[in-house]
Amino acid sequence: MQNTFQQSPAGALNPDLQARELDAMCVNESELQHPWWYNLKYAAWGILFGIVFVKAEIVSWFRIQEMFRFESFHMYGVIGTAVVVGLISVLIIKRTSAKTIHGEEIHIPNKEFNKGQIYGALIFGLGWAVAGACPGPLFAQMGAGFSVIIVTFLSAIAGTWVYGLVREKLPH
Amino acid sequence: MLEAIKQPWPWYVAGALIGLTVPYLLLVGNKTFGISSSLRHMCAACLPANIAFFKYDWKKEIWNLFFVGGIALGAFIAAQFLSNPDALVLAQPTADYLASKGITDTTSMLPPEIFSWDQLFTLRGLIFFVVGGFMVGFGTRYAGGCTSGHAIMGLSSLQWPSLVATVMFMIGGIIMTWFILPFLLTL
Repeated sequence: MQNTFQQSPAGALNPDLQARELDAMCVNESELQHPWWYNLKYAAWGILFGIVFVKAEIVSWFRIQEMFRFESFHMYGVIGTAVVVGLISVLIIKRTSAKTIHGEEIHIPNKEFNKGQIYGALIFGLGWAVAGACPGPLFAQMGAGFSVIIVTFLSAIAGTWVYGLVREKLPH
Repeated sequence: MLEAIKQPWPWYVAGALIGLTVPYLLLVGNKTFGISSSLRHMCAACLPANIAFFKYDWKKEIWNLFFVGGIALGAFIAAQFLSNPDALVLAQPTADYLASKGITDTTSMLPPEIFSWDQLFTLRGLIFFVVGGFMVGFGTRYAGGCTSGHAIMGLSSLQWPSLVATVMFMIGGIIMTWFILPFLLTL
């Protein structure tokens, strides 16, 4: 299992990959070069994802209030099912040493613990309950026609940018 | 069929489809699921300002921007063509509580009493969109991920730091909902 899941094998040799892995959950491990339209596979899944977000009302500010008030099971059901399905999938991928459709070895980078997962996560949690959206639903709310969410979205980008600016001064 | 799709989708359907994102991205291109990173790539693309955190080749992560672009487009399709004709069914205790704070219109995804352009330049608008959005962007990046990156991808691959982050997300949300929002909603 460990053999197929090395920790950032390219990281030591590739400072750019290291920079992108920094504080990120989603990184492109693939070393393959593809034409741009290969990215449409991600857009296609994104479309399905956006439809799910709206149809299951995950983008609703009200559903987030229900969740944090413990007055509805809905969001716990959504997140819980997603984790179970993800967990089983990752287990199958690891057990079968599955390769990508392009034949690459699948690599899941390990998260290093740092204090950001306490302080940063707390700040995000506070913001989540106010804005009623995490980053994914922000895109969906804008797409669904709530134009004022552009302001929330730009504020979220500003927050990310300010984090990059003051990163060195924060406890990690 | 279309009638069934137009109804709100149950949690197990939504949860299963969201969970399948994890193997889809891994199998299709060795990508790990995460959404908040897209905000960082936008910073790196538009305003890197010589900040070390934004100095990397964002084009290598462009798949992530295609993914979030898809989310917006999918939401547009769902809202335009698949939308539920009935109002959102909110848990009664939540509805009662919000009504006591003056939030009575629960027909839409977002309460129009808060999330509308004419609220933008009020103190309440400033807190709900600008401060709230800022905390989402700042906090997710500081935490190294959001609900998708930590709670779903991280827990799926048994990363204990992601469990810490997920617990802290919930604690933050609970503190806000129970101790700070009751005040903010009366602004």
